[in-house]
Amino acid sequence: MKKFQLKINGKTYKVKVDETTPLLWVLRDELGLVGTKFGCGIGQCGACTVHFNGSATRSCLLPVSAVVGSEITTIEGLSENNDHPVQKAWQELDVPQCGYCQAGQIMTASAFIEENQNPSREEVRDAMHGNICRCAAYNRIENAVVLAAKEKQSNS
Amino acid sequence: METTKKNSVDRRLFMKTSLLASGGILFGFNLLEALNPKALVPTTVEDLNFHEFNAYIKIAENGKVTLFSPNPEIGQGVKTSMPMIVAEELDVAWEDVTVVQAKLDTENFKRQVAGGSQSIRKGWKPLRQTGATARQMLLEAAALKWKVSSVSLSTKEGFVFHENGSKLGYGELVEAASKLEIPSNVTLKNPEEFSIIGQGKRNVDVYKITKGESLFGLDYKVEGMLYAAVLRPPAFGQKLKSFDATQAKKLSGVVNVFQFEDNIAVIANNTWAAFSAKKLIVAEWSSDASIDGTLELNSKMETIIENDKLKSLKKKGDVKVALNSSDKVLEASYDSSFLPHNCMEPMNFYANVTPEKIELAGSIQTPQNSVNSVAKKLGRDISEIDLKLTRIGGGFGRRLTGDFVVDAAVISDIAKKPIKLVYTREDDMTGGIYKPAVKYKFKAALKKNDLIGYELKEAAVNRGMGRHHAQNFPFGAVPNLNIASGLVQSEITIGWWRAPVSNFLAFAEQSFLDEVAISLKKDPIEYRLEMLANVKGKVNYSASRMIAVIEKVRKDSKWGSSVEGTFKGFSAYYSHQSYVAEVVEIEMKDGLPVIKKVYCAVDCGVVVNPMGADNQVVGGIIDGVGHAMYGDFEFENGKPTSSNYDKYRLIRMNETPQVFCTFVKSDEDPTGLGEPTLPPVSGAIGNAIAAATGKRIRKLPFVKNWELNV
Repeated sequence: MKKFQLKINGKTYKVKVDETTPLLWVLRDELGLVGTKFGCGIGQCGACTVHFNGSATRSCLLPVSAVVGSEITTIEGLSENNDHPVQKAWQELDVPQCGYCQAGQIMTASAFIEENQNPSREEVRDAMHGNICRCAAYNRIENAVVLAAKEKQSNS
Repeated sequence: METTKKNSVDRRLFMKTSLLASGGILFGFNLLEALNPKALVPTTVEDLNFHEFNAYIKIAENGKVTLFSPNPEIGQGVKTSMPMIVAEELDVAWEDVTVVQAKLDTENFKRQVAGGSQSIRKGWKPLRQTGATARQMLLEAAALKWKVSSVSLSTKEGFVFHENGSKLGYGELVEAASKLEIPSNVTLKNPEEFSIIGQGKRNVDVYKITKGESLFGLDYKVEGMLYAAVLRPPAFGQKLKSFDATQAKKLSGVVNVFQFEDNIAVIANNTWAAFSAKKLIVAEWSSDASIDGTLELNSKMETIIENDKLKSLKKKGDVKVALNSSDKVLEASYDSSFLPHNCMEPMNFYANVTPEKIELAGSIQTPQNSVNSVAKKLGRDISEIDLKLTRIGGGFGRRLTGDFVVDAAVISDIAKKPIKLVYTREDDMTGGIYKPAVKYKFKAALKKNDLIGYELKEAAVNRGMGRHHAQNFPFGAVPNLNIASGLVQSEITIGWWRAPVSNFLAFAEQSFLDEVAISLKKDPIEYRLEMLANVKGKVNYSASRMIAVIEKVRKDSKWGSSVEGTFKGFSAYYSHQSYVAEVVEIEMKDGLPVIKKVYCAVDCGVVVNPMGADNQVVGGIIDGVGHAMYGDFEFENGKPTSSNYDKYRLIRMNETPQVFCTFVKSDEDPTGLGEPTLPPVSGAIGNAIAAATGKRIRKLPFVKNWELNV
């Protein structure tokens, strides 16, 4: 067991955990930030995606010891009022079915449209391919990413 | 509006009103019994008390309405669409409605299930009657206040209106309404009066989902709760001989390690410690050498078909005579493998077993059955058990089996602690409940440009088709027919998988009918329409409704027109009382099919929530495409050969077709929607591949080891 000081969603948290513990389980079990989901544990499904210094990263493979001193953003901290362009697009197009994978999808999409301001559909499909949606709401996810990118552009 | 005897209120549904101390009124109704037409509940309205109701309409004095939704929400949208039906007949503004998930009432109700695409189908009438009854009572209350006949009054969006223009809000009427007799006849709206049903409404949880709020079983947490992980025998049918947990117990955070049945449970302070400790257990299992795998089961299925060890499910005419007198006999065998469900939320459940009571909470499609199983397993009375339903991160039939609920209760009972059992993805994929592997063997007797005999022999592992499957099309369209089925037994635990049986029976049948059409040198759609036009005798489907969806998809997909390099395949299937026709458009790239577009026409009667319905049908199709293209799950000596997404391939966005779906306008009562668009698509893909390559693929998945599975 070791003590860690973490910066998550702009707040400082102190935890005492085994240093091999992936960030995912620190978020979920220690800090009560359960929006980040467990799907596969091997970085294949994207349900656990968070922003690690702004980049979409799989928290299930990221040991807590590796994030000290970095900025972590989870779905809970993506926006103050549930109104990030990606969240708004998800609401507008009513994307979720079961909803379980959607936090990961939203975190991947929000990091992606930061990097690519004007993505083509092919680029969206490629960027999102690491996130599995078992309900297969892929058509709506794709449309929502395109909509969010447009919204973000018109805001900036 | 018309009041008819037909709409008389079933007394079992209803209903009791009560004034709330906090202000407002509660209408209690017995939805689950209403959904279960066979249930015999010899109670009178007077005998009922609130404990016996599981669904409520709550109207506050400020007019805000709360609807309690009893059915588990697995992504099929019932938490939105079922309350929409009540709100429609109650005549309130949807914006004034809040929906709350009700918990299970284990004492009085037989069926509280998310399965079989039945929630809307069975809930349609009782939900409407419920809303209409409450509305009628509010209307009567206004009539008394104004001292007029209720006939002269009308309602809209939570208000009762007088002819003279005055109005009263529902909230102002609740006290008076609660003192009235419950009416035995109510007026239901005509479909053209609907203002909520048929309008797209967002998933009631969408804002919570985009915010990452705690909603799902895996998110459920109680103070003092510990985490449990389970090590199971690697192969189905294996027994635990001994184990050494010395290293596992040394791990920080581990509280306990113990055996239950042939499994080993680890209890820890957090999920990661439980998962990590599980890997450190050294277990010795009985030999798996004699346990069947996929190869052995396939050969056993071959054998029972060859030896005709099958039971006939449906017969018409004499298929043997037809085969002997034909000009040509077409024969083909189709196969599909076991499939895991792979819900994104791995199986998990909370259990707190104490001498006084048992608390359960989590994601389950069959809460009632699971409570019964826990009671039986632990020798407890169901009245001691409480089950809370959470939002469910995917069902697909996996959560119809509550094995993990029972395990959680057993573990909590032994540990004497509140625990959350959590599966790793590997536990989830290898720990059972699969779509059964199945083999279909067809014979078609062709004579004078027509199909005169149709024979289908099925062999399946543990569970095969039922009589209702055998009575579907092409029964009625072929003069001589025989459908027979037999089972091979295995320790591999099978269960329901989205659109059970239909899912891959449709693949086999729709591919084979395409082979028949090609052999008869007929266009597959023309030929199907011809078959449907000639349906004779009593059948359990409507040929004309099927014809309508086929005509629609033929037009939408521009069937018959050709673009260089693209190929089309057609399929149409009836399941869950809904009619679905699909056309798939593919291109071939490096010898593999790329699914570009899917056109689909659906007749599911009235579409309650078009926004949710579109999500269901498109999702069902892409799910079907994914499993048809890549779904491959095998066993060696009873042990799965893949255990996570590195080896087991699920469809991803860059492999996803664009889906164009239309609903045929209908005033018929609504039918199933969560499942029926999945079955036809695999056949349509196979038929498109045959059109593109001349190769007929009779075994799923279409792509195996990155090659066409010829």
